[in-house]
Amino acid sequence: MSEFLQQLLNGLSLGAIYALIALGYTMVYGVLRFINFAHSDIFMVGAFIGYYMGKLVPEGTLWGGLIVLFAAMLGCALLGMIIERLAYRPLRGAATLNVLITAIGVSLLLEYTGQVFFGAAPRTFPAVFPSQNFQVGGLVLSTNQLAVIVIAVLLMIGLQFIVYRTKIGTAMRAVSLNPKAAQLVGVNNDVVISFTFGLGSALAGAGGILYAMNYPSIDPLMGVMPGLKAFVAAVLGGIGNIPGAALGGLILGTVETFVNGSQWSTYKDAIAFAILIIILLFRPAGLLGKFTVEKV
Amino acid sequence: MPRPHLYLLAALLAALGISHFSEHIDPYHLDVLIGIGINIILAVSLNLVNGYTGQFSLGHAGFMSVGAYFAAAVSLFVAPQFLGESGGTVIQQGAFFVAALVAGGLCAALAGLLVGVPSLRLKGDYLALVTLGFGEIIRVIFQNVEKLGGALGLNGIPAHTTIFWVIAFVAFTVFVVTSLVNSTYGRGFLATHDDEIASEAVGLNTTRYKIVAFVIGAFFAGIAGGLYGHFKLTITPTGFDFTKSIEIVVMVILGGMGNTLGVILAAILLTLLPELLRPIAEYRMIIYSFMLIVLMLVRPQGLFNFKLRSSPKKTASPVA
Repeated sequence: MSEFLQQLLNGLSLGAIYALIALGYTMVYGVLRFINFAHSDIFMVGAFIGYYMGKLVPEGTLWGGLIVLFAAMLGCALLGMIIERLAYRPLRGAATLNVLITAIGVSLLLEYTGQVFFGAAPRTFPAVFPSQNFQVGGLVLSTNQLAVIVIAVLLMIGLQFIVYRTKIGTAMRAVSLNPKAAQLVGVNNDVVISFTFGLGSALAGAGGILYAMNYPSIDPLMGVMPGLKAFVAAVLGGIGNIPGAALGGLILGTVETFVNGSQWSTYKDAIAFAILIIILLFRPAGLLGKFTVEKV
Repeated sequence: MPRPHLYLLAALLAALGISHFSEHIDPYHLDVLIGIGINIILAVSLNLVNGYTGQFSLGHAGFMSVGAYFAAAVSLFVAPQFLGESGGTVIQQGAFFVAALVAGGLCAALAGLLVGVPSLRLKGDYLALVTLGFGEIIRVIFQNVEKLGGALGLNGIPAHTTIFWVIAFVAFTVFVVTSLVNSTYGRGFLATHDDEIASEAVGLNTTRYKIVAFVIGAFFAGIAGGLYGHFKLTITPTGFDFTKSIEIVVMVILGGMGNTLGVILAAILLTLLPELLRPIAEYRMIIYSFMLIVLMLVRPQGLFNFKLRSSPKKTASPVA
């Protein structure tokens, strides 16, 4: 029983990270209807910003950790907006395939630039937050794991607030519903899309820091697998649906942790794709999504 | 119009000619040539799916790995039982090699059928991701099969791949794909690409066309995998991950989707480029990916596509 709870806790903390990354995919898909392949690499850049910032602040302090977190979020938000401006905006209205290929190109560019600038060898992420392990009734809790869950939940509440309670959030939902109609009633689509990229990328940056806190070996290709899995989480919950992305992330993280703890652990990386294929075949709109029929 | 057959015949004669003089060619150049040939097979076969039929597949390396493993397994485990200690005559060896390649191709085609039937109901981004997912699942499965070497891969595959077989199979692939696309039946692939709803309205079974394209593409990917395995003599599951798939996709895009000649030129260029850029190998992939973005922004129809097949679209109604 205690092993089950332990795995559940590990699964939830991994799932919270997947959820943070999945939110970025889902928001961009909501406004632009395309998969931002480069999102997983923004997550990687977030971890590396944390690595370099972590050297500037004293280790193991709360304020130091928060500074690192905010720096990474800010840096990633800027990067996301720059990528949108330079690579995606000129292609607005182009065929989906061209945008998809551009996204793959941006993703590869970030990965290989990272390999040249950061080096391909893995690095150890500094312990920026104070960490401690304590036991509660046979469970080993680490402050890192708890911090991941707390920070992720706070960020998601913040996101919910922005999307549903602010003017720009209303504009985001309007663009997502119908970009042309939104433009007609005076929404500046470019600003909204840029903001969406910034917001999603900031969450990915936070996800990068949280991931690196729990798995402190970072390298330029670290984003590929978590990114793909977070995307699966977004599809699982229903792409374009914000609570769906959070739910999908938690489910995926938990399932993966349990598979990892079982005798099938070597199939860990395949399980996410198996879930993706099953969900797309039987419920392509995802758990919380609405199914729409394509009309002529 | 018997011209494709003449080209095939000419290519086979050229293959014989070149293999006759292969002892006089520098081994390094020969290796590069074989690499180019294998990439041409991969790119031309993917072009049938991604270019002509307009379905975006990101799992070509997965089918390549199925073919590579199966062909290698035939050469390693089955052939010695028939040929005995001596290894048989040259003709027997050649026959077994072709049999191994075709078996690998058929196996990949079967995998293509199993993947294609469920996933080709999806479109665009989703199809790309599901095929990518299947490619990764195939890789993970190979990593876990002990009989096929697990994560270490298969070693000691006999070196059967010669320049003759590579050119012969390149010619065969190009012949099949161009003849197919130019046939009456093959117009259906283009129709599916141009407008799926309209094709269905005039009675074409677009799903079947997509699956046929996918299975044929997978078959040739399997052949290319078999040639690759018998050329590199060692194969590992990680050699067929989705970076390899993307590499093939880039060749197809660069050549101009649905343009076999352009795709062949792109495959040649992208195989030669790493060799030429060897002094700045570190920056090679940066240039590569940067080129891809710029290409999409400036010349989305591909580098070698001079005949704009998509131009009628501009006059079509914007509703579609």
